[in-house]
Amino acid sequence: MKQTSETYDLECFDLAKNFGPVRAVKDVSFEIPSGSFFSILGPSGCGKTTLMRMIAGFEDPTAGEIKIKGKSVLGVPPNRRNVKMVFQHLALFPMMNVYENIAYGLRCAGFDKDHINRKVHDVLERIALPDVAEREIHQLSGGQKQRIAIARCMVLDPDVLLLDEPLGALDLKLREAMKIELKLLQHQFNTTFIYITHDQSEALVMSDNVAIMNQGKFEQIGTPQDLYHRPQTAFVASFVGDSNRWSGTVRSGDKTGGKVETDQGLMMSFSTGKGQTIRDGDKVDIFVRPEFIKTVRRTKSKAKTAGTDNQMDGTIDSLLFNGANSRVLVRTESGELVESDVVLTGDNDLKPGEEVSMVWSSRQAMCFSRGEQA
Amino acid sequence: MQNKDIKRLSLILLFAPFALWILLLIILPHIGMVLLSLREKIAPRVYEYSFANYLDFLNEPIYWNTLLRTGSMSLLVTALALLIGFPIAYYIAKIAGPRARGGLFLLCLIPLWVSDLIRAFGWILLLRETGVISNFLMWTGLTGQPIEFLYNDAAVIVGLVYTVILFMIVPLVSTLDGMDNSMIEAGYNLGGNSFTVLRRIIIPYAMPGIVAGCIVTFMLTAGSYLTPILLGGKNSSWFTEQIYNQFITRFNWEGGAAFGMLLLFFTSLVVWLGLKLSGQTLANTVAKS
Repeated sequence: MKQTSETYDLECFDLAKNFGPVRAVKDVSFEIPSGSFFSILGPSGCGKTTLMRMIAGFEDPTAGEIKIKGKSVLGVPPNRRNVKMVFQHLALFPMMNVYENIAYGLRCAGFDKDHINRKVHDVLERIALPDVAEREIHQLSGGQKQRIAIARCMVLDPDVLLLDEPLGALDLKLREAMKIELKLLQHQFNTTFIYITHDQSEALVMSDNVAIMNQGKFEQIGTPQDLYHRPQTAFVASFVGDSNRWSGTVRSGDKTGGKVETDQGLMMSFSTGKGQTIRDGDKVDIFVRPEFIKTVRRTKSKAKTAGTDNQMDGTIDSLLFNGANSRVLVRTESGELVESDVVLTGDNDLKPGEEVSMVWSSRQAMCFSRGEQA
Repeated sequence: MQNKDIKRLSLILLFAPFALWILLLIILPHIGMVLLSLREKIAPRVYEYSFANYLDFLNEPIYWNTLLRTGSMSLLVTALALLIGFPIAYYIAKIAGPRARGGLFLLCLIPLWVSDLIRAFGWILLLRETGVISNFLMWTGLTGQPIEFLYNDAAVIVGLVYTVILFMIVPLVSTLDGMDNSMIEAGYNLGGNSFTVLRRIIIPYAMPGIVAGCIVTFMLTAGSYLTPILLGGKNSSWFTEQIYNQFITRFNWEGGAAFGMLLLFFTSLVVWLGLKLSGQTLANTVAKS
């Protein structure tokens, strides 16, 4: 066990939860520094909601320890924990107006009328909705409801604010706007936010740190850049961002990198990820992100581009135009489809049917041994 | 054009049975009752329009006392049905698993398959002097002689609560079922204890169901005849019994009609007051469930 420090708002040690024979959460440990934005990212059913419900006190962990501000909260009922939660569907009380919704928690805490009145108007001011106090919940827009749900929690000065996919119900445009707004609100309140989501762009854009969760375990905790560029497991590499994936066998490898023969019989060079040991003959998966693959028209002279030690030839199968995020699907000689990002200028662009070469650096080829993926 | 006519015709045909039912069995009899209640018999086969029947009611304390007693006992039955029914409904809607829910609901429904009369006799079997409870108490030695549990107000109230409680549970279950569990969790999460969550969140949310259930049970109780007569005997003094007496025993149809209208006005007034006090409307309570 680690030494408890005052600078952590939330610490979990070897937290586990079983539902009968199902192990929903397995030995999760992490700590969150004060005032940071922490996301837990994982596919649905990975146990992230169970983890959050344990922190909020709605579920009792089977094993492990949860500490808030250095104090254990095991056995403390949900209404005594200074952890507030924004629910997936917000759970604003429809029979109360905005003022009553925000005042509810203060009333429970037993503050006097003047104090409640001041606090409610203060928090409405801070979320930039000073005039909605007397409105009914059904009169608010989606984004306003979101902010009221956060204000209702923040007015109680929680140690930690939990957010359970609160943007899920919003339409795309509003979701994009709310991402930025949430980040700003977190800065403004300077409270630790724990954000649960299955949407990687939400997690990457807003968070200081992200934990990737899969099948009840944390695969990796790190900054968004870390997770994206230096994934430690094959799951993280495939879950965060897009990637092309090849399976193969290591032909020659050492601590820094080596060569792999893919199942299609192509030789490919790679660099070994952090903390990985790859031996000759290992079955491995290779991941290459589309934006690191450079696609050029094939020319007669096979001049190698500097810094790129992998090359593959193929024909453009289709062009997926999406403005700045356009992409081509290239069918290689061995028949598989490879995705590659391209810049389309509208002038002399690549077209389906053209013969192309794809090149990428071995440093962008992330390699994970097959065995540890299970 | 023809299509429109067919649509209209089918609407009329579909609506006709309902309209006939309302018209012939509800509206016409009530108009008849109003007219009947406003007649005064001054000589054999000679009638005059007057409010004499209503004045009779006011001048005879036993009549309006019976009406007030029926009203207050009905309110008590409604309150008891709510107090007992709410935890049952809450358990069915929120605590029981989805499989148990159907079974529990069925258990609540089963008594309805038996006629009112049989159920009242069931209570008589339990409560009478030579009944199950009396015999059991004698067998345990708690009492030396048989005890009569029937023919008092308590027996009437127990029997009525038993008869009407289902009509309280059904609308409550349907409103509580529609309540998102996370709303209750949010109530706790924001610092409320169980009592606060019940008082500030669950009950306000369930208010339409509570009012709907109360209206139905109150109307059923105030208008019930069989249970008060069988379990209360001569002492029950239920207003429906007075109406029966006017019509059948005294053959005073004019008086009976007036009493019937008075019961209708009285119960409607109580329901209206209840709606006003709880801030609900008929549209979002009874009509909703």
